[in-house]
Amino acid sequence: MRFVDEFRDGDKARALAAKIAALCEPGRQYKLMEVCGGHTHTIYKHGLEDYLPEQITLVHGPGCPVCVIPMGRVDDAMALAGEPDVIMTSFGDMMRVPGSNGSFFDAKARGTDIRMVYSPLDSLKIARRNPDKRVVFMAIGFETTAPSTAMTMLRAAAEGLTNFSVFCNHVTIIPAIKAILDSPDLRLDGFIGPGHVSTVIGCRPYEFIARDHGKPVVVAGFEPLDILQSIYLLMLQLSAGRAVVENQYSRVVPWDGNTVALRAIGQTMELRPYFEWRGLGFISHSALKVRQDYAAFDAEALFRVPGVRVADPKACQCGEVLKGVLKPWECKVFGTACTPETPIGTCMVSPEGACAAYYNYGRLTRTRLAAAVPGAPS
Amino acid sequence: MCLGIPGEVIEFLPDQPDLARVDVSGVRRVINVGLLSDEPPAPGDWVLIHVGFALSKIDEEEAAAALAFLEGIGQAYDDELAALAESRIE
Repeated sequence: MRFVDEFRDGDKARALAAKIAALCEPGRQYKLMEVCGGHTHTIYKHGLEDYLPEQITLVHGPGCPVCVIPMGRVDDAMALAGEPDVIMTSFGDMMRVPGSNGSFFDAKARGTDIRMVYSPLDSLKIARRNPDKRVVFMAIGFETTAPSTAMTMLRAAAEGLTNFSVFCNHVTIIPAIKAILDSPDLRLDGFIGPGHVSTVIGCRPYEFIARDHGKPVVVAGFEPLDILQSIYLLMLQLSAGRAVVENQYSRVVPWDGNTVALRAIGQTMELRPYFEWRGLGFISHSALKVRQDYAAFDAEALFRVPGVRVADPKACQCGEVLKGVLKPWECKVFGTACTPETPIGTCMVSPEGACAAYYNYGRLTRTRLAAAVPGAPS
Repeated sequence: MCLGIPGEVIEFLPDQPDLARVDVSGVRRVINVGLLSDEPPAPGDWVLIHVGFALSKIDEEEAAAALAFLEGIGQAYDDELAALAESRIE
């Protein structure tokens, strides 16, 4: 466990923090975005912002797949679940996401057959065991979970199953980053790149951020010291006027990603012309649908999906939080009408959502925030 | 769902080379290792598991670090482990 103790070492964190502070140019403000919700979780849990100089602001990005699902897709899934003989299956993270008529949990309580699964392969097994039912898997997630859905469809095809399908809501991270880079609301100086997504896509897809936008990217691990180390690497680049992609998490992330996983995705899925992201609106080529060759496993081909569009609740400011324009506590309903127990917006549902992470661990940084932001909870 | 959880490969299932039994914090379950077919793991190797699939091989030190990190997360990891314990893909 020596390795772990190294990561937890507060002295090392302070030493890194001092090196980071030394790289800050006087009078310059730095905004760094951590794209991945897992990183957001670590930052709040360990109060990493407290280690950083005031000149550096961490902006929380859109990398929480539950958080970016628009309400209309939840309503569509609910309509699918209500079709005759359907068993809807879903990851636990999705169960509490509110649609117009409540969440999957609420529908389950009303008698709809919705089952929580750990893996799409569990859905496949439910399909094998219930040949007289139609089993639909609510597929969500970035490139981290898309290969699992792809491999499950390939397996269903190999087995000749006719009662299993996927309601595909997989999204891709690069177009979301592009949308944020093109957003006039926000000026960022660099990116802490996602860890697990990069295990699949590798580091090359981020090169345009450095090349075309002149901003450094460091793919980071999930330990507190990983994140501080990555911020240090970003600051080194910024102080030298460089912009390249670096891999701080090379002990897990290969530069070229997982080619088997990418092949499986490419074989079974293709990009949609556009897809709605909660808070970010419609983004071109930002999500995956099932390929025509695998239409037998595509719930959108097998069922009539209403294609509901629902405006986000008026009070909810998840969109601004997802773009990093607002900090969670700046939302009007944060911690009052919207809590992890009674979420209004998706950012409060997932433990990786910026609002839930801040709500659960916010006390670590509130002193500093209260000083920095008038009206912040203290 | 987004958590990558480390597991130690115990054995492969007879006649199903894509399926392996792994040990995750004392919970033994079957997972799919098909995404590592370019460089298949061997019994005793550690893998990072996402929703029932091994996504990458890791060394023992990284596995210990990842596990300590997850145990520190609390509820989210407990939920993930509980879900894994319910999983029966074989």
